[in-house]
Amino acid sequence: MPRTLLLVGTRKGCFLLESDGDRRDWALRGPFCEGWPVYHAVHDPSTGAIYAAAASEWHGSAVWKSPDLGETWTLSSEGLAYDADGGRKLSKVSTLAVNDGRVLVGVEAPGIFESRDGGASWSVLTTLAGEPGSDVWDDPANQPPGHLGVSALMFDTDEPSRFWAIVQGIGLFETGDDGTSWAPRNKGLRADWPRPHEDVGFCIHKLVRSPADGDRMFQQNHVGMHRSDDAGHTWVEITEGLPTEFGFAAAAHPHDRDTFYVVPLDPGHGRCMPDGHAAVWRTRDAGASWQRLDRGLPQRDAYVGVLREAMAIDSYDAPGLYFGTSTGQLFASTDEGESWSEIANYLPAISSVEVAQID
Amino acid sequence: MADLHLPGTLTPLFAGLPRQVDVDANTVGEAIEHLDRDWPGLRDRLCEPGPLLRGHIHVYVDRERATLDTPLQLGSRVDVIAAISGG
Repeated sequence: MPRTLLLVGTRKGCFLLESDGDRRDWALRGPFCEGWPVYHAVHDPSTGAIYAAAASEWHGSAVWKSPDLGETWTLSSEGLAYDADGGRKLSKVSTLAVNDGRVLVGVEAPGIFESRDGGASWSVLTTLAGEPGSDVWDDPANQPPGHLGVSALMFDTDEPSRFWAIVQGIGLFETGDDGTSWAPRNKGLRADWPRPHEDVGFCIHKLVRSPADGDRMFQQNHVGMHRSDDAGHTWVEITEGLPTEFGFAAAAHPHDRDTFYVVPLDPGHGRCMPDGHAAVWRTRDAGASWQRLDRGLPQRDAYVGVLREAMAIDSYDAPGLYFGTSTGQLFASTDEGESWSEIANYLPAISSVEVAQID
Repeated sequence: MADLHLPGTLTPLFAGLPRQVDVDANTVGEAIEHLDRDWPGLRDRLCEPGPLLRGHIHVYVDRERATLDTPLQLGSRVDVIAAISGG
């Protein structure tokens, strides 16, 4: 019987929810990581380890590791710091990506660290120095605490030296040589503000890639949904039909290149689901049209937000979809978003949700 | 020997680390280095590159606010506080 594991990063630690392949009943364990704010927790299928990127107000940033699905945990920040003489400060570890035992962590100020020894030690892989826009994030006036960081990383699992990185407020970059050189991948994106560089200055919240077609990508941008059919080289906007152009979370269907999910939010200060009605939106035609999916979700007084890493989808034949809210609810659907059930409540504010299928 | 008291947020991170430790050191920074030898990684939980004490880590030597350079005397009491940071 397969096991399904949800990894939930929250403002007060990491939680794990476990079910079988039916995904009806869930058992919750946690909090782990001593209640540190966890920004992203991921599972490495090649080693079975769980990693959690966390940053304590008191004790700084570290990556926690559990080699045994949450039974035991250790943390390390060995090497997870910029050279003190360079003036660059690492204030937070934001996002993780794993591939074949290798772990990358994106941090602020913008940079990527890697571990090749299972999270025991870390070294700087790149700061994307010299890329367009790096003059902005290397300006001492823009050093943390601030909002510039590497907020997301995504491996090409077929080609391990190729991966994508989002720099907050700057844009998407791709490397094909393991971080040695980079190319901006922002052509066709919309930005409603002045941009000092032609190739960058975009606010990308979330990037997903279709497991069914590696050239098909979607992104939730600060201003609009966008699709790429050439692995990010060019983008077209597909916002029409959605209630707002703003949101953070997104998920790509594991078997259908045209199906994709988003959670539109009010773009103002509230950044909650519009009008207190909770809904996930789905396209089945690559963004030509959108369907509102709300059965089982609260339809009044639900002022909840969903952050960039807080939605996940598994790869069963009937994929399960999951999202966690800024107010601690966790919802699941096993019918492609048609209906939803609340599988946890009263958790701390949820930062991230990832799903692992374990045989 | 200084009488060093650690915050409760620190001890769960390092197996066997007690809340109170007697340390033979000439400065606060040296005391933290001594602890880091027995519990590798502890320095990084209290200090950031520089090194400097982390922003929300306050150290008092005999009830006076201290830095890493503050000298320790025989019998000094050192309190390491995880400063309140909201709910």
